[in-house]
Amino acid sequence: MTDKPERFDVIVVGAGPAGMSAAYLLAKEGLNVVVIERGDFPGSKNVMGGVLYRHPTEEIIPGFWREAPLERHVVETQTWVLTEKAAFKAAHRHEAFAQEPYNSFTVLRARFDKWMGQQVRAAGALIVPETVVEEPIMQGDKVVGVRTGRPDGDLYADVVIAADGVNSLLAQKVGLREKEIPTNEAALAVKEVIALPREVIEDRFQITGDQGVTIEMYAEATWGMVGTGFIYTNKDSLSVGCGALISQLVERGVTPNDLLEHMKSHPVVAPLLEGGETREYLAHLIPEGGLYGMPKLSTHGMLVVGDAAMLVNSMHREGSNLAMLSGKMAAQAVLRAKEWNDFSAESLAYYDQLLRDSFIYKDLYKYRNMARFFETHPEFFGFYPELLNEACREMLTVDGVSKRSKQRKIFWDALRRRMPWRMALDFYGAWRSIA
Amino acid sequence: MLHVVVCIKQVPDTTQVRIDPETNTLVREGIPAIINPFDMPAIEAGMQLKDRYGATVSLLCMGPPQASEALQKALSYGADRGVLLSDRALIGSDTLATSKALACGVEALGKEMPVDLVICGKLEKRRIRVRRVLEGAEEVLDAPLPALLTVLKELGEPRYASLPAVIRGLRTSIPVWGVKEIEVNTDEVGLAGSPTQVRRIFAPPQREPGEVVSADGEAEKIANLILDRLIEAGFVEG
Repeated sequence: MTDKPERFDVIVVGAGPAGMSAAYLLAKEGLNVVVIERGDFPGSKNVMGGVLYRHPTEEIIPGFWREAPLERHVVETQTWVLTEKAAFKAAHRHEAFAQEPYNSFTVLRARFDKWMGQQVRAAGALIVPETVVEEPIMQGDKVVGVRTGRPDGDLYADVVIAADGVNSLLAQKVGLREKEIPTNEAALAVKEVIALPREVIEDRFQITGDQGVTIEMYAEATWGMVGTGFIYTNKDSLSVGCGALISQLVERGVTPNDLLEHMKSHPVVAPLLEGGETREYLAHLIPEGGLYGMPKLSTHGMLVVGDAAMLVNSMHREGSNLAMLSGKMAAQAVLRAKEWNDFSAESLAYYDQLLRDSFIYKDLYKYRNMARFFETHPEFFGFYPELLNEACREMLTVDGVSKRSKQRKIFWDALRRRMPWRMALDFYGAWRSIA
Repeated sequence: MLHVVVCIKQVPDTTQVRIDPETNTLVREGIPAIINPFDMPAIEAGMQLKDRYGATVSLLCMGPPQASEALQKALSYGADRGVLLSDRALIGSDTLATSKALACGVEALGKEMPVDLVICGKLEKRRIRVRRVLEGAEEVLDAPLPALLTVLKELGEPRYASLPAVIRGLRTSIPVWGVKEIEVNTDEVGLAGSPTQVRRIFAPPQREPGEVVSADGEAEKIANLILDRLIEAGFVEG
């Protein structure tokens, strides 16, 4: 075939939440957009824990939740602090979360993204699956296109949006970021989708209809490593997973699979999963560098969005959110650049500005020191959870000892195990890092 | 010019299909639809004939409207056109009725350009000579055209399509032909034209692992052991 290489307005690399959001909004404005995806279809390579928030998603597709394939709307959020044999649980449920328009939903990414892909196509963008982008095509210091692994695979465009995920090859090759992410700035998360009958899920989690529950777990859930575990209720399955900093997994010689099995066998977790059949097993690298890990976000002819830009707020399990919104901001910057016919670094820096003025940057700034703090304070994943659970046990055990004596015992036990000034420093530090 | 028609089908990804143990039906939900893997060598066979003899390759697929995706993808390998047979009257077709509809589709394609060869997964020149792979041997067959061939995966997977071809495929809108266009009698297709009736679908029971008998030592001992077993099972009279 003698097809000439075609020129597009925008090349989006990666059909994840960030790339598809940008592609959808740009195609809707009539730009000639092509999305290059390495998987078989949009979503086939995408992994998320499974909670999708309505508000940011409506910034892309208003009213999406009336037609998109969603699992359950979240009415209850639980946080568990685990020790080997105990759990301290906090839960919040509000009637407001059970009313339309819901706050958040559990989703199975592959199904949702397939739907999202249809919307992107309907908006007029072209999605080219099963195609790997190998490198940017440069003219001097300008990105003018991408080279794919297919024969005659060069594509040219005014601007390239790198939405190619946490290991972003494009950002690396253009020199916007370091080659490798430091192992203490990335978490490895694994997840299983465990099938259970609807009624069993509704019974075990005390929900009705399409209501859903999310559980976040700390401390023993990740064997005391910096990370979290989770259980999210889908219609007829549970998303169960956990993740920890790679540096700590390596140091302890623990595989992510060991970690997940350990969590699943916890006496408080196991009964919720009992009788379930594992249907899918997924793994994902999560950028945890926060603000300090953020690469340069734009250059001549290219923008970096989503995981590729390390936009993850690990404190609030927000990744897909930030990805979608960064996609929207990238689209806004590209539309303005198109109007001015100026795709220089200066023009595209409008994207950086939008991001810096948004809550994304503010949140990442707020939690900028959190990851480092907890990495150097393992007591928050071991000693303190133990203290908390043992204090509860002491107070709840009726054994002829007066409550005042029990309080005194708890107090002195704690002081004997850690100096009071250390504890004061710990909590001051923790508060500083998240407040 | 040689006109080759390749028949393809869209199927749920077979590596991911499960059977619901309660309802005994295929769980298709959330399972990606792909081109039948057995049809991929057929597409490649068509492309080889195009490379070597300049054949015109048409793709024919019967299925629901979304099966046009499979045709778009198959087009990216370099086929000249794709036609989707899709009609409410074709729903429920069994092997016989599907064959009838495809045959009529091939005939309808033939009206535009006479068809020389039809290739199906699992191939037809004026005369065609093919090598048929048998167990431990090869057989050379010779036949006049037009003909119908089926190909096996040994023929190879389709080449890696070029990017412009993929983009062209994705942009091609696939014509949809119904029973009118292929001039088929509605009694001969769909549920009405399908003598096969599905009574029940069930997952095959798990096969019990075979018995492993270890017999170290002499051949005579082993032979006796086998003989004992055969007598026991009643295959040999004692």
